[in-house]
Amino acid sequence: MAKSIDVSDLNIYYGDFLAVEGVSMTIKARSVTAFIGPSGCGKSTMLRSLNRMHEVIPGARVEGKVMVDGQSLYGPDVDPVAVRRSIGMVFQRPNPFPTMSIYDNVLAGSRLNSRKLSKADADDIVERSLTHANLWNEVKDRLGKPGQGLSGGQQQRLCIARAIAVEPEVLLMDEPCSALDPISTSAIEDLIHELKSDYTIVIVTHNMQQAARVSDETGFFNLKAAGQPGHLVEFNATKKMFTNPDEPATEAYISGRFG
Amino acid sequence: MSSTVALSHAKLPRWAPALVGVVSLAAAGLPAMLLGWGLFAWLVASVLLFLAALPGWSLVVEGRRSAVDRLMTGLVWSAFGVAVLPLVWLIYVVVDQGAQAINGEFLTYSMRGVIGDEQGGVYHALIGTVFITLAATVVSVPIGILTAVYLVEYGGRSKLARWITFLVDVMTGIPSIVAGLFALALVVLIFGPAFRMGFGGSIALSLLMIPTVVRSAEEMFRLVPMDLREASYALGVPKWRTILKVVVPTAIGGVITGIVLAISRVIGETAPLLVVAGATDGVNFNLFDGRMTTLPVFIYSQYAQSTPAGYQRAWGGALVLIAIVMLLNLIARLLGKLLAPKKA
Repeated sequence: MAKSIDVSDLNIYYGDFLAVEGVSMTIKARSVTAFIGPSGCGKSTMLRSLNRMHEVIPGARVEGKVMVDGQSLYGPDVDPVAVRRSIGMVFQRPNPFPTMSIYDNVLAGSRLNSRKLSKADADDIVERSLTHANLWNEVKDRLGKPGQGLSGGQQQRLCIARAIAVEPEVLLMDEPCSALDPISTSAIEDLIHELKSDYTIVIVTHNMQQAARVSDETGFFNLKAAGQPGHLVEFNATKKMFTNPDEPATEAYISGRFG
Repeated sequence: MSSTVALSHAKLPRWAPALVGVVSLAAAGLPAMLLGWGLFAWLVASVLLFLAALPGWSLVVEGRRSAVDRLMTGLVWSAFGVAVLPLVWLIYVVVDQGAQAINGEFLTYSMRGVIGDEQGGVYHALIGTVFITLAATVVSVPIGILTAVYLVEYGGRSKLARWITFLVDVMTGIPSIVAGLFALALVVLIFGPAFRMGFGGSIALSLLMIPTVVRSAEEMFRLVPMDLREASYALGVPKWRTILKVVVPTAIGGVITGIVLAISRVIGETAPLLVVAGATDGVNFNLFDGRMTTLPVFIYSQYAQSTPAGYQRAWGGALVLIAIVMLLNLIARLLGKLLAPKKA
């Protein structure tokens, strides 16, 4: 089910502005890949281009290749909606649908697409996804309550449950813990470890300790100078990145001498 | 002296504003009685006295900042009174005058064959108002909401979207009689010069309603956070389903409130309906053929008779109209509350 992603020579533009330049990397299946780097260096843009979410912003476009298991994401006959169905995403701020209960939020992927589900199947998906997201025990008695009544950390786990309920092949996470307290963060990091066995996970984070804790491989993005496009400085196994990086710039960033 | 800052200072007692209020009323009452002022002049004089006395007292006891605070608080309350008083007065007068006219017969009979001081009724006008306004709503709401969806979700900053916004703004300023003449021209062009129908009135009213609906729906759709749209896209939901199932349901409470406000705004229109739908004494259930009277037109024509019975019926019609608008507002509030996103 989980798939690997090959990126080669990817340039991402907003209108005429080149935001990210010349990225090539291979993201392995069933592993956690972290993107780190200073603000504005294009990590989130890069992440969003992996499921064509950046196209939501008017004028955004991409040059280069992104291949998921040998299929190009940017081929002329590729439907972005189909891409997003198989590559799920969790956002920085928890965003459960305010009009829906916890139960319906988990089923949102099916409900919004008007897919018919039997009651038993629906119950099964809800329980499985919430259990997977470590939220089942906290909410099983109030599935009919609005999703926005949960705490921030619970809401974020609800969003993760919602994303995995549609059984994507890849899960993209855009700073999923930046709005959360340490306890909720640790719950989500545990969750990432568990999800790794089934999904390919790509996570953007500002927190280098978090990258070191959860990821198998890490990509470091940086800007050459303000106003210049972001680029990938180094992509390596996380252990190597944090002990003996190839690039001096990476070491400077990770050791706190810079940025 | 140490540099300690004094954290407490003298304060007026809590009942000070009430005391000054009573004293001002009494003090202004003296010249009012002696010089024979009316109620209105007495109230104005009391308010002015109050606005001078309370800050003055406060300045002596509490200091400058508190005095300014009391003055501004007083001004705000006075402005509130000025704004609300006419409204309360209007409702009082209409209910007082109109209640005498209301009875079972008034609500269930038309004016057909009613001569002079005989008891007549608003039934035909009630039917006319309900039918014409309903038809106008049915025409304007889809157009208005779809326009708003285009402006917010598809138009972006395109030239077409900016033109539509501009034209909607212009439409907001159309005098209602012009809308009426436009609808008349349209009906006459299609059906011939002597043709009148209630639906023509609906066309005129929708011209007045559409800009209000577009504007309020647009505001509400813009308030829906981008996060929710992205969450939906990221689940592989196409844009049209996202709009239909995420954006619209999230905004529906406010959209309904906007629609009801638009209805309340046009339900009292007289001129365009007089022109297009005409006036009649009888009940007409057919929107597409024959003249139809609405409540404002009924009020106008009864008032124009200049007889005591006519005035009486005009007040009765006004009360019925206000009651309908009030009811619509209550329904809108209820729907808004029921449909708004729930918090735990």
